[in-house]
This record gives sequence, C-alpha cells and structure tokens, in this order.
Amino acid sequence: MTHQADSTGRYLVTFLALMVLLALTVAASFIHLGRLNWLAALSVSTVKTLLIAYYFMHLRTTSRLTWMAAVAGCVMLVILTALILTDSWTRSWLS
Amino acid sequence: MAHRKSLNDAPERLPLSESRALAHQFDDSLQQRDAATFGFWIFLTTEIMFFGGLFAGYVVYRNIYTDAFAEASRHLDIFWGTVNTAVLLFSSLTMALAVQSAQLGKQMRLVALLASTFLLGSVFLVIKFSEYAEKFREHLVPGISFALSGPHAAHAQIFFVLYFVMTGLHALHMIVGLVLIAVLIVMALTDSFSPEYHTPVETIGLYWHFVDVVWVFLFPILYLVDRSS
Repeated sequence: MTHQADSTGRYLVTFLALMVLLALTVAASFIHLGRLNWLAALSVSTVKTLLIAYYFMHLRTTSRLTWMAAVAGCVMLVILTALILTDSWTRSWLS
Repeated sequence: MAHRKSLNDAPERLPLSESRALAHQFDDSLQQRDAATFGFWIFLTTEIMFFGGLFAGYVVYRNIYTDAFAEASRHLDIFWGTVNTAVLLFSSLTMALAVQSAQLGKQMRLVALLASTFLLGSVFLVIKFSEYAEKFREHLVPGISFALSGPHAAHAQIFFVLYFVMTGLHALHMIVGLVLIAVLIVMALTDSFSPEYHTPVETIGLYWHFVDVVWVFLFPILYLVDRSS
C-alpha cells in the first residue's frame, strides 16, 4: 500500500457532495413523511459518514487492518444499541 | 523483524531524513505510519463507544417520549444548526487539504490550512455557545432554569439534558481539537514535518474528521427529525 497524496480536486468534490447532502437532509426535514423522516435523516448521515471516512479519513488507501478497527466500533455500537432496544422497545407490547 | 548482520550496522541503513523521526522499533517510516494510523483508529473506536452510550440513551428516551421530544426539538434553531454543520464540514475539507499539504511537503500551505481549520472550528464554537446563551434566555436549560409550558414539559427536559450533554461533550472534543491544531501549527512553523514524517498531522486530522462525523449524527437527531411532525 502507498501513501501518495490525493488530488485537491477529489477533496473538493467530496466536500461539494457533503454540502449537497446537507441541503438535501435539511429540505427533507420540512416535508412531512412520518416515520420516513427518520429513515431519510439517518440514511443521509450514514452516506455523509461514509464519504468522510472513505475520502477525508483515507480509508480508501489505508490497510485492511485499519478497516477492521473502523468497522468494529460501528458494528459493536449497533449490537449494543439493538440489545438495549430488545428491552425498551418491546415493553409496551406486553400491556 | 529486521534481519541484522551485526549489531552496529543498523543505524547506517536508514536515510537521514527518516532516521530523525523513526522510532527504533519500526523497520521503516511506512510501517511506523501504518502502526500509528491503526492505533489511532483503535482510539476512535473507544470514542464511538463513548458517544454511543449517549446516542443509545437518546434512542431509548425518544422511543418512550416521542411527542415530548418532537416538541422540544422544535425549540432548537434550525438555521444556526445548518450553518454550523456547513462550517464544520468546511473545516473538515481544510483539514483534509492540510494533511495533503503535509504529505507533499508544502510547508506554508500546511500552516495556512491548519490556521483556516482552527478559525472555522472557533466559528463553530462561537455559534454553538451563542445558541446555549439563547437557551438560557428562553429558560430551556434543564435543572438550572427550565420553564416550558404545555403537557410535555417534564419529558421535554430530558430532551434538553441530552441536547446539552451531547453537544457539550462534542464541544469539549472541539476544544481539545483546537488545542491540538494550535500545537500542529507551532510544529509546522518549526519545520517538524516532512513528506516522510507527518504522523501528528495525519492522526489529528483523523480526530478532527471523527468529531465532524459525530456532529453529522447529532445535527439530524437533535435539530431535524421532528421538524415536520
């Protein structure tokens, strides 16, 4: 693997994409979509995160070992949050 | 493990530019940089867990008090929230370009971009703290001065506890980041970095982008999700 510098253009395009996504998510929040508002907001945030991690944080060029560290944290967070929700989300089903 | 013919030939094998910054346990500067990057990502993983607890708390309480959270969320200023998100994304761009300058060995460009990042981070904090001041004036600070009328007042307080703790912890990370960037600027001005050695710029860059990512999630869950309901 190499540590060659990325081009300025690539960073600028990434930034422009992030700004478009920001405009999109703010605009979507004003439209009433019910539960889809959540889905839209979190999808846009996830895409923004992937762009930042892949281009700005150089996951594009780093070792797969580093990928593992990056993914491990996110997977663990999802598992722990899901386990918490198995309790708090389903409690109302009983009454 | 590097193979050595004799104990005293090791130092001569390194180019001069590398030997200055290369710790003795690494074979070369590339291996050293990979180790630093990997180690820093491990640290970021603990940071994900650190913020993750608060996000989980938000999810649980929002699930229970959906209406109260929706009402409380509408008291936040979406305009300044959006401006701040743009400011922070822009600071991530200048930071990414600062790292690129360090990789290319462009010293003055590196200093200018680090200074821009510092400035943008400061602008973010000024906007954030003026939002806090606004919340004090509107009596939306839980515990200290909370006076919201309506049926959801008590549970809306939980939203504002989460708002202040989450954005406060994020702001604390920003302040730490600003101090680190100031150190980088001094290091860059004293010629501490070269295309072979710029690990501090790279890792603090990772830290800055991570703090940006945290905000990318804080912004929609606090300011946006219940705007239209």
